[in-house]
Amino acid sequence: MTTIADPKAPRAPRPGPGRRVTRGNVEMASWLFMRISGVVLVVLIFGHLFVNLVAGGGVKAIDFAFVAGKWASLGWQVWDLLMLWLAMIHGANGLRTIINDYAEKNATRLWLKVLLAASFVAVVVLGTLVIFTFDPCPAGAAAGTLPSFCPAP
Amino acid sequence: MTATLEPAASTAVGEVPTFQVTLKIARYIPSDAPAPAYGEPVPAGTARWDEFQLTVHGTDRVLDALHQVKWDLDGTLTFRRSCAHGVCGSDAMRINGRNRLACKTLLKDLDPSKPITIEPIKGLPVIKDLVVDMEPFFASYREIMPFLITGANEPTKERLQSQTQRDRFDDTTKCILCAACTTSCPVFWTDGQYFGPAAIVNAHRFIFDSRDEGGAQRLEILNDKEGAWRCRTTFNCTDACPRGIQVTKAIQEVKRAVITRTF
Repeated sequence: MTTIADPKAPRAPRPGPGRRVTRGNVEMASWLFMRISGVVLVVLIFGHLFVNLVAGGGVKAIDFAFVAGKWASLGWQVWDLLMLWLAMIHGANGLRTIINDYAEKNATRLWLKVLLAASFVAVVVLGTLVIFTFDPCPAGAAAGTLPSFCPAP
Repeated sequence: MTATLEPAASTAVGEVPTFQVTLKIARYIPSDAPAPAYGEPVPAGTARWDEFQLTVHGTDRVLDALHQVKWDLDGTLTFRRSCAHGVCGSDAMRINGRNRLACKTLLKDLDPSKPITIEPIKGLPVIKDLVVDMEPFFASYREIMPFLITGANEPTKERLQSQTQRDRFDDTTKCILCAACTTSCPVFWTDGQYFGPAAIVNAHRFIFDSRDEGGAQRLEILNDKEGAWRCRTTFNCTDACPRGIQVTKAIQEVKRAVITRTF
């Protein structure tokens, strides 16, 4: 006597590969980050614009001494670092979403994301280096162009 | 005095005005070659635009015009329709660039001075003319488990619910699965893997139902790379819904539920 292995009615397999299950909180975190960083960036960027372009001597006062003076204080270093990192992650994440939405081939999507990641790393590393290794009193510069706290040459 | 019919008054009153329209219909005739094995390319059919001049009444809908074409002019025109009264959701199509039900769209509201374009809904494979393969759409619908999930023993009477509890999800119970929302979504056009508005709306219908206990499972399913987070809030779905469901709002409520569940 033979047993019937599967007495269920035959059913044609579902055509196509179907959806890959990609659950997890990554997309949720990315979605939340965009909202939160967006709000923070509004404050950071408008604060930056106001201090640089409106307050004090206005836009005409921007020169090497002004920037060097700002970056000599820890507060402005943190402000600019936050602005750099949040803006870069926010923007890169937005571009990642656009690539996911509009790239039709897997290879195109992969290469665009590699390009995006490379440019992200380059800008973030360079920007961070500039903020922290910036020398407000370079040797050999004319005294009139330096911030007031530099020692006289 | 005896009551008599007054023939003179009956003709003029109530006469529906007629006017001319041109229908421009996207046709797709599949190839006659036998269907290839799965994974092989399907032989391409022929696609073209057909124009039909019709005399229609002011009370006619797009569906009546399509009937007139199919019954009197070109019997090969293929489209879906069942109830013809906006409830079954069979005849969603892209009319003048917008997803609507042919049975709920009056021709007089569509500017009859220009040709009225009728295309199949976008993002799903066309089988013939205005008929698309709805299987990917229903696969997403099945995945969110559109049925009541309960844990405890069945009550001996009906499951009671207050009016407030019912109002919480009332809007999303109106869905007729016509696919007008999902096929109006730009994310779905470029990535057919996205669950789509209709699946999320039907998940919403059970997630916020006080009698249902499968909400956490459904939120888990929609907390997917292809789930609720792919929504870009373009509101195409809300505009397209022939039942007036606030689709984008429902998707946002699902997103919020996923977030509040996590934190």
